[in-house]
Amino acid sequence: MIDYTPVVLPNIENLHEIDVYEKHGGYSHIRKALGMQPEDVIEVVKKSGLRGRGGAAFPTGLKWSFMPKDNEKPKYLAINGDESEPGSFKDRQIFEFNPHLMIEGILIAGYAMGITSAYIYIRGEYEKWVQMVEKALKDAYDKGYVGDKMKTAFSSDYTLNIYVHRGAGAYICGEESSLMNSLEGKRGYPRVKPPFPAQYGLWGCPTTINNVETIANVPLIIDKGAEWYAAIGAEKHPGPILYGISGHVNKPGVYELPSGMLLTELIYDYAGGLPGDKKIKMVIPGGSSMPPLRGEELEGIRMDAESLKAAGSAIGTAGIMVMDEDTDIVRILTRIAHFYWIESCGQCTPCREGTGWMLKVLHRIMDGQGRMSDLDLLENVASNIEGNTICALGDAAAWPVKFTVQRFRKELEEYIQQTSEVAA
Amino acid sequence: MFTEQELAHVEELKSRYPEKQAAIMGVLHIMQDKYGYIDEERATYVAELLELPPEHVLGVISFYEMYHDHPTGKYKLQVCTNVSCMLRNSDMVIATIKERLGIAMGEQTEDGLFSLHEAECLGSCGTAPMMSVNKDYHENLTPESINAAIDSIYAMEKSNNGNS
Repeated sequence: MIDYTPVVLPNIENLHEIDVYEKHGGYSHIRKALGMQPEDVIEVVKKSGLRGRGGAAFPTGLKWSFMPKDNEKPKYLAINGDESEPGSFKDRQIFEFNPHLMIEGILIAGYAMGITSAYIYIRGEYEKWVQMVEKALKDAYDKGYVGDKMKTAFSSDYTLNIYVHRGAGAYICGEESSLMNSLEGKRGYPRVKPPFPAQYGLWGCPTTINNVETIANVPLIIDKGAEWYAAIGAEKHPGPILYGISGHVNKPGVYELPSGMLLTELIYDYAGGLPGDKKIKMVIPGGSSMPPLRGEELEGIRMDAESLKAAGSAIGTAGIMVMDEDTDIVRILTRIAHFYWIESCGQCTPCREGTGWMLKVLHRIMDGQGRMSDLDLLENVASNIEGNTICALGDAAAWPVKFTVQRFRKELEEYIQQTSEVAA
Repeated sequence: MFTEQELAHVEELKSRYPEKQAAIMGVLHIMQDKYGYIDEERATYVAELLELPPEHVLGVISFYEMYHDHPTGKYKLQVCTNVSCMLRNSDMVIATIKERLGIAMGEQTEDGLFSLHEAECLGSCGTAPMMSVNKDYHENLTPESINAAIDSIYAMEKSNNGNS
C-alpha cells in the first residue's frame, strides 16, 4: 500500500453540496484561472501532462490547443459521461460525490478555449445521477458561478452556460462523434474524420469533447500547479486515476490512486485478492474492449498507457476486470461479443456483419459444435473489422476476440477438443 | 397529449440548444416516462412539437434502447448479464426472478406488473450483481434482497389499489 490522499474523490463528507465544496476551496480555482490569459491556462494543462481518462489517453492540453482562436462561430464543449464500456463505473462516482469539481473544470476549460456553451452528456440509465448533477448545476447557477451572473460573481467578462443532456441507452454514443450527433437530436452514428471536432463539431462549430474524469482533474492542476500534477504517478501519463476493479476480487470498487500502479498491487493489496485465494486466469485492464492479459503474466505490469502498451494491452477506462482460474473463457468471450454485436450501430459493413459472424461462431463453440478451424476464422474476422470502420468501436469489437484467441489459444483448443462433437 | 407543465418542460429543453431538434431525446424521455412506450401517434405528436418529420422521430426511437414502441411491464426488471455481473453470479438473479414470478427473459407477468429484460452494463460493476427496476438501481443482490424488492412492489401496488 502506498501513501496517497485522494484529491478527485477526497474523503470529505457531503462534498457534493456546494457549501461544503466552497469551504474546501471550491470555485476559487476558476477565479484563479480567470486571472490568467486563456492560452496560459492551456499551457499549464499541457505542462501537467494530463491525458484523457475516457479511453484513448490523448493529451488534454494539446486537444484544447486545436480549437481555433479567432473564430466567428460559437464554440462548444461536450463532456462525455456516457460511461457504457463494460467494467467502467468511475464517472458515476464524480457525479455523485464531487459534481462541483467537474463543473469547475468545465468553467476553466471553457475559459481557456473561449467556449460559449457546454453540455454534459450523461447516459440515460444514470437518471439518479442526472438529477444529482442537475441539482449541483442549479446550485452553481444560483450562486452565480455559472451563466450570466458570472460577471458579478467573478467580476469577469467571461460567462458560460452549462446544460445536461441525457442519453437513452446507446453504447456507441460514448464515441465522440456519435455523441455529437446524439446531442444534435439524431441517431448516434459516428462521423467520418476529418473534419475533426475542433474544426467541425456540434452544429458545424468548433467543439472539444472531454471525459468527466479528465475535466475533474483540471481545477486541481490550476490549484496546485502543473509540476505538482506531473509528479504524481507515471512520468508520461501522470495524475490520479480512478481505477474500477470488478469481478473475482474480495473488495470490488473504485480506488483513486496515482497512475502507474502495479496491476497486481491493485488486485491483491487494494481489492483484497481473489475469493478462495484462487489464481487469476484473465484480466481485462481497461474495460471490455481492451486486449485481455494472462493471469500468470501480470508481474510488473503497471497501469499507465506506456506500460500497458508494452504488455500488449491499453489502459482504456482503467476498468479492471478480474477472472479466476475457474472462469469459462468461452462464455465470457461470447458475452463480450454479444455486447458489441448488440451495440454496433450498423453503419459500417465490417463491424455490422463481423460482430454477428463472430458471435455466431462463438455460440457454435459453446453449443458443442466448434471446429478447430473456428479459432482461425475468429481471428480472421476480427482482423478484418479492425481498422476498417469509421469509428474506433470496430477495433473495440475486434480486440477482445482477436487477443483472447491469440493469448488463450491452448485453453480454447482444449475446450473444443473436450466439448465438440465435430472437433476435427 | 402533454399538460401545460410538460409543455413548459419542453420549452425549457428547447432553450438549451441552438436548434430545437436537439431537444428530441429529452422530449421522448418525458413521453416514455408518462406512457411507458411511444407509439406512432405519440411520435407524431413529438414531431409536431419540434417541427420535425415523423420519420426522424421514429428513427431516433428505434436507435436508442430506452425508448419503447410497445408496452412493457409496469415494473421493468433489467438484469445486467455483462461480464462483471456474470462473474458475480447474475445467473442467480435471473433464476431467482424466474422462480418468483414465473417469467423468463423477455417475458411479462400476466398481471402486466413485471417484465424481465437482459441489460447491458449499467455501471454497477463494483456492486455486482445488479438489476434496475425502472429507474432505480438495486445492487449487491442476493436472493433475499431480490425477493424483498418484489415484495415491496406488491405491497405498494396493494396499498395504491386500496386507496383508489
